[in-house]
Amino acid sequence: MSRGVIDRTTLVVLALVLGAAVVVPALNLAVSAASPFHLSDHLVPLIGKYLCFALLALAVDLVWGFCGILSLGHGAFFALGGYAMGMYLMRQIGSRGVYAHPVLPDFMVFLNWKELPWFWHGFDRFWFAAVMVLFVPGLLAAVFGWFAFRSRVTGVYLSIITQALTFALMLAFFRNDMGFGGNNGLTDFKDILGFSVQARSTRAALFVASALALAAGYLLCRFIIASKLGKVLVAIRDAESRTRFLGYRVENFKLVAFTVSAMLAGVAGALYVPQVGIINPGEFAPANSIEVVIWVAVGGRGTLAGAVLGALAVNAGKTWFTGAIPELWLFALGGLFVVITLLLPNGILGLASEVFRTGRWRRSTPVRPVPSPAE
Amino acid sequence: MKTLRLHLVAALVVALTALGLCDAARADAVDHSLARFAADTFDQTQKAIEEIAVSGHPTAEDVLSALAAGRLFVHTADKAVLYRDAVGVLRSARSGEPAEVDTQALKPVRVNNRVRRSIEAAVGSLTLLSADPEKRRQAALAVLKSRDAAQLPLLETALARESDAATRASLAIARAAILLLKADAPDTDRVRAAKDLTSRGDQESAALLRSVPPDAPESVRSAAAAGVTKIEHRLAFWAYLQNMAYGLSLGSVLLLAAVGLAITFGQMGVINMAHGEMVMLGAYTTFLVQDVIRTRAPGLFDVSLFIAMPLAFLVAGGVGAAIERGVIRFLYGRPLETLLATWGLSLILQQTVRSLFGPTNREVGTPSFMSGALEIGGLSLTYNRVAIVLFAVAVFAVLLLVLRRTPLGLQVRAVTQNRRMAAAMGIRTDRIDALTFGLGSGVAGLAGVALSQIDNVSPNLGQSYIIDSFLVVVFGGVGNLWGTLVGALSLGIANKFLEPFAGAVLGKILLLVAIILFIQKRPRGLFALKGRAVEA
Repeated sequence: MSRGVIDRTTLVVLALVLGAAVVVPALNLAVSAASPFHLSDHLVPLIGKYLCFALLALAVDLVWGFCGILSLGHGAFFALGGYAMGMYLMRQIGSRGVYAHPVLPDFMVFLNWKELPWFWHGFDRFWFAAVMVLFVPGLLAAVFGWFAFRSRVTGVYLSIITQALTFALMLAFFRNDMGFGGNNGLTDFKDILGFSVQARSTRAALFVASALALAAGYLLCRFIIASKLGKVLVAIRDAESRTRFLGYRVENFKLVAFTVSAMLAGVAGALYVPQVGIINPGEFAPANSIEVVIWVAVGGRGTLAGAVLGALAVNAGKTWFTGAIPELWLFALGGLFVVITLLLPNGILGLASEVFRTGRWRRSTPVRPVPSPAE
Repeated sequence: MKTLRLHLVAALVVALTALGLCDAARADAVDHSLARFAADTFDQTQKAIEEIAVSGHPTAEDVLSALAAGRLFVHTADKAVLYRDAVGVLRSARSGEPAEVDTQALKPVRVNNRVRRSIEAAVGSLTLLSADPEKRRQAALAVLKSRDAAQLPLLETALARESDAATRASLAIARAAILLLKADAPDTDRVRAAKDLTSRGDQESAALLRSVPPDAPESVRSAAAAGVTKIEHRLAFWAYLQNMAYGLSLGSVLLLAAVGLAITFGQMGVINMAHGEMVMLGAYTTFLVQDVIRTRAPGLFDVSLFIAMPLAFLVAGGVGAAIERGVIRFLYGRPLETLLATWGLSLILQQTVRSLFGPTNREVGTPSFMSGALEIGGLSLTYNRVAIVLFAVAVFAVLLLVLRRTPLGLQVRAVTQNRRMAAAMGIRTDRIDALTFGLGSGVAGLAGVALSQIDNVSPNLGQSYIIDSFLVVVFGGVGNLWGTLVGALSLGIANKFLEPFAGAVLGKILLLVAIILFIQKRPRGLFALKGRAVEA
C-alpha cells in the first residue's frame, strides 16, 4: 500500500536499477578481463535487453494489472518503436552499406527502388526518430483504443482483437514491398548518434540509457497509480459498470492508460533494437505478446515491481534453458503458464508477501474478485 | 542393234512393272523417293521426305523418325536405304524387314535444320492419318500449335475420314485456326473459323482471335472481336464460380476448425488457446492409423479415414476432458486466466508431439476415392475438397442434432444460458462441463482428420488455425451454431474474393481490419446471446 509516489518498494526497485546502471558498465569497462568480477562483453547488451523487456512488462502491467485490459498485442507497439529506431539507424549507414548507396538502404537498392519512400524522410535526424518512437505506437493505440473502448469491447473479445491487430501488422511488415525491409527486417547498423554501435562504450551507454528509461518508466507508472487517475483505473478493473454508473467516462480513462502504455512499450522497443542489432517482423508475432503477459503474471500483476521481476526472471530462465536444455524450454514455459494461473495468481511477489505476512503459503485468491451478476 | 534390243528389253520390263499390282507400283514410287536419299543433297532429301509423307507406305513413319534421329543409312554399294529402329535392329527402308548388311558400307543421310522442320511437319501429318485415334488427336493439337498452312489439305482429308468425335473436334479447331489467319482464304470461311474458335472458348482461342491482323476484311475482324468478348465473359463467369468454390472450401475448413471452439466458448466463456492442438492431435491420430495400416493391413488403406475418425474424436475429446478436469475447472469466472493457462497447455502439447514425432512434416495419404478432380465446364473441383465440404456439413448437422434433440444437448444449452438455474434444477454442471469440453475438442479432432488431407501434418498445424478460428467465433457470435456457420462461410468466401484484387496477404490483412471494425459495431458478434446472465 502506498501513500505517496515513492514508497518502500519503489525505493528498492529504483536503487537496484540505478545501481545496476552504475555497476554493470563498471564491471565491464573498468575491471580488467583477467579478474573474476569482469562482466564479459556479450552480457552487457543481454542484460540491457532484459531491462527493455522489463519496461515492456511495466507497460503491460499498467493496462492489465491496474486497469483490467488484457492486451495480447503489446508486442506490436514494442515492434513499432523498434522499427522507428531501426529506420533512424538504417539512414545512418549511408554509403557504408553493402551497395554503397549514400541515401537508400541496402534492401531498397536490392529491390530496385529509385528513391526513398515518403515515410522514410526525416529519419536521418535523431530527434525526429525519437518523436516517432513515441508518436507512432501512441497514435495506433489511441485510434484502436478509441474504437474499441467506445464500443465497450471488453474481456476476451478485446484480447482476441489485439491478437488480430498484431497478427495483421506482422503479415503487413513481412511483405517485401511495404518499404520496411520485408522478411529480413532492418539490420547491419553501424552508428548511433555518431558512435559505433559495436563499440563497448556505446553498449555501456545504451545499457545506462535502458536502465534510466526503466527507472523513469517506473516512476511514471507510480505517479499514475498513486494519483486520482490510478484510483479510477483500479475501480474500472474491479467493477467497470459500477464505475460507469458513478459517472466516470470509463472509455476515456482506458484510452489514456492504453496510450501511455503503448508509448512506454515503444520506448522499450527503441532501446532494444540497437542493443540486439536487428528488428524484423517476427517481433510482431502473436506468441511474443502473449509471452509478455506471462512475465507480468509470474512476477505478480497489479504490482509494478512484480512486472520488472517477472520479466527479468523469465528471460534469464529462457536464456539459460535454451542454452542448456533447449528441448525442455517450451515445457517449462507452458508449465509456467499453467502453474502461475492455477497456483500463484498473484505471482512471485504475491507469494512472497503472503509468506512474509502469515508465515505460510495458502493458495491466494486472485487480485480481481469474481463479478456477480449484480455488478 | 544391241542398243535397240536393250531398249526393247527395258520397255518390256517397264511395261511389266507398269502392269504390276498396285503394291508394286507404290513400292516403286517409294523406291524412287528412297533413291533421293542416296543423292545426298538437302534438296533431294527434302523432296524425298515430302513424297514419303504422302505415300502412305507402311514404313513411312519409321523411316522419317529414323531420319530425324540420324539413323537412316544408304549402303554405299547398292544404294539401298536402311534404317536402325528404336531397339537397334537394322531394317530395310522399303520393306521394314531386318537386313543383314555390312555396317562398314553404310553412310548416314545428313539433315540440317530446314530438313528437320520438314521432317517434323511430315511426321505430324503422318500421324494425322495414323490408325491410332490417340495419335491422331495429338497430331491435331500439334497442328493447332504450329498453324502450318501447308497442312491444310491434309487436315481436310483427315477430317473427311475421321470417325472419332473428339478427334474430329480437334481437327476442326486446327483447321479453323489455320483458316482464320490465312490471308487468301475466302471471307465466309474465315468468319466461320472465328465462330468455331469462339465456341471452343478457351484462352488459346481468345489469343488466336486477338491476333487477327488489322488489315483483314471488316467481317472477319468484327467476328473475331465479338468472339473475344464472348470468350472473356465466359471465362470471367467460370472464374467467379471457381472463386466461390474455393471460398466454400475454405469456409468449410474454417467451420470445422471453429465449431468446436464455439461450443466451448459458448458453454463456459472459455477461450481455449489449445484448440489448435486438438486439431493437431486429430491429424496425428490419422497419421498413426495410416502408419499401422500400412504395415499391418495395407488393404484397409481406403477406409483408413473412416477408422481414424472415431479414434481422433476419442483422443482429442479425451485430452480435452482431461484439460477441463485438470486445469480449467479451477479457473471458472476468470476467462483471462483460462486463456493464459490454455496457451501454456498448447505449448506443452506442441512440444510433446514434437518430441515424440519430430518437428518435420508427416505424410498422410489420400484414399483412392478422394483423389482426382471433378470437371464441370470451366470449373475444377478436387475430390478431397468436395469431401471436406460434405464432411463439414455432416459434422455440423450431427452437432445440431446432438444439441437440439438429445438430453445431453438440452443440459448443455441449459448450463450455457443460466448456470445457476440449471444447477438448481438438478443438472450436474461439472459433469456437463467436462462433457461439453470433450465434445468441442472431439469435433476439433475430427477437423484434424479432414485437415490432414489438405495441409501439412506438423506440430505447428494448430497455430495456423487458431487465429482464424477465433475470428470466426468472434465474428459469428456464440449464441448458436448457425452464427459459426455463417461466420465461417462468409469469412472464407470474402477471403477468396479479395485475393485476385489484393493478393493473398493483403486480402487477409483487410479482412482482419474489417473484423476489428465490425466488432466495434457488434461487440458480441453476429448471433449474440441476449440476456443479463450473459454479461458476466
